[in-house]
Amino acid sequence: MKEIAVIGIGITKFGELWEKSLRDIAVESAMNCLEDAGTDRIDSINIGCMSSGLFIGQEHLASLIADYLGRLDIPSSRVESACASGGLAVRNACMEIATGVSDYALAIGVEKMTDVSMGKATYALATAADQDYEAFHGITFPGLYAMLARAHMERYGTTSEQLAQVSVKNHYNGSMNPNAQFPFKITQDTVLNSTIIADPLRLLDCSPVTDGAAAVLLTTVEEAKKLKKHPLVVISGFGSAADSIALNHRKKLTELQAVKTSAAKALKMAGKTIDDIDFAEVHDCFTIAEILVLESMGVIGPGKGGPATVDGYTALDGKFPVNPSGGLKSKGHPVGATGVAQIFELVNQLRGNSEKRQIPGVKTGLAQNMGGSGGSSVCHILEAK
Amino acid sequence: MNVPRHWRETPERYRMEAAKCRKCGKISFPARLICPACSNKVFDKTNLSGIGKLLTYTIIRTAPEGFEDIAPYAVGIVEMEEGVRVMGQIVDCDLVNLKTGDKLISKFRRMNEEGKTGLIMYSYKFVPDVGI
Repeated sequence: MKEIAVIGIGITKFGELWEKSLRDIAVESAMNCLEDAGTDRIDSINIGCMSSGLFIGQEHLASLIADYLGRLDIPSSRVESACASGGLAVRNACMEIATGVSDYALAIGVEKMTDVSMGKATYALATAADQDYEAFHGITFPGLYAMLARAHMERYGTTSEQLAQVSVKNHYNGSMNPNAQFPFKITQDTVLNSTIIADPLRLLDCSPVTDGAAAVLLTTVEEAKKLKKHPLVVISGFGSAADSIALNHRKKLTELQAVKTSAAKALKMAGKTIDDIDFAEVHDCFTIAEILVLESMGVIGPGKGGPATVDGYTALDGKFPVNPSGGLKSKGHPVGATGVAQIFELVNQLRGNSEKRQIPGVKTGLAQNMGGSGGSSVCHILEAK
Repeated sequence: MNVPRHWRETPERYRMEAAKCRKCGKISFPARLICPACSNKVFDKTNLSGIGKLLTYTIIRTAPEGFEDIAPYAVGIVEMEEGVRVMGQIVDCDLVNLKTGDKLISKFRRMNEEGKTGLIMYSYKFVPDVGI
């Protein structure tokens, strides 16, 4: 298996991009990525997008994006695993490089969510749940995570104040990210006084509806060494796993098994343990999700996620910084783009290019991207060499 | 929703019909073709008793399309006495007093209707079991 390097990264502004279409932002992120890489060579296009069909009535992105990138002669594909679609596209690009099928593989994550009303967007997102046995009963995504939050609170004593601190931390980090949708700080009181969406989760426990795209260009370490434009960053491990789609079929409601398995697989492939990781970008679609992910991956012990967040363990200057980009909460969550945007942040941090939000001296980072209420998860381990 | 899509789920939604694995006895609701516990492919039909206890729940205040008129409403995960877990609405109760561990029983209720001339969908919902 060939060793994988990331040689280019690109992203668009995240937010309500009314003047731009899905094809515009997908191509813009790819152009930024190729400019960053300093090469135009692509042997395959790997797209992650959750629901362009429901958001803009457009499927067949493999053709659309290849067409508007002006690369009609190479393999193009689109994968879907709900909000983990972007991470899965990166994994597919890794497979292209590792197997030698492509020497240069482009992964693009994209979602255009604001062309529909909030009701239609909520419906599109709810298709990541079991339509016949969850959504049929009127459950929403905030509702699913709210049930996980209640289970965690009752078992471990986690509080709404602790959950709010996840949001406060991520907004602080995001206030230094020029691409973030909501680049400003918030206080615990702002979170605790925001509208209740699904008890016990409030509006500011939830990530927003966002337009955005991100792209990364992968090649072999051998090729990357010839280019020498940036410090070398490699993907040394990746792992993915599934769990039952319906929350009621999970064995435990206080842990995410797919996250645990996918992280363990990625770490094993990289020859590392969680203690070797310096920082992470994780899937904080809701505040409780960040806590569940950190506990499931073994960063923090079961039930310790809330207190650890309050104590600053996961802050930018903490022992294990989490979501330096601002996470999904502040940066925004264009669902198909999120997994690729996480890799963008890891690479920038590992190159030392994250300016005000740079974590000093980081060498190894982990990205965790989740589908649905934990029905799928994809992890990547990146290292500065 | 078209008629066949709701109609084919009516054994589950009207009678809580489940599948019991003939090899290991695990009950799957809804029915599956492969037992998630032992991979066996032969099942017997069984109906859930409808009695269970509340494991976790939420109160939906921002409702999805089609549910706006009933918000706020509770949705929870109920562990049935047969061991299988089911998601459903909890109704006929004071939402403030709802708590995990509550004993619930399923009732046949109207779930949704699509306008004045569209499909009317029925399903199980849960109510507090007050021993009547």
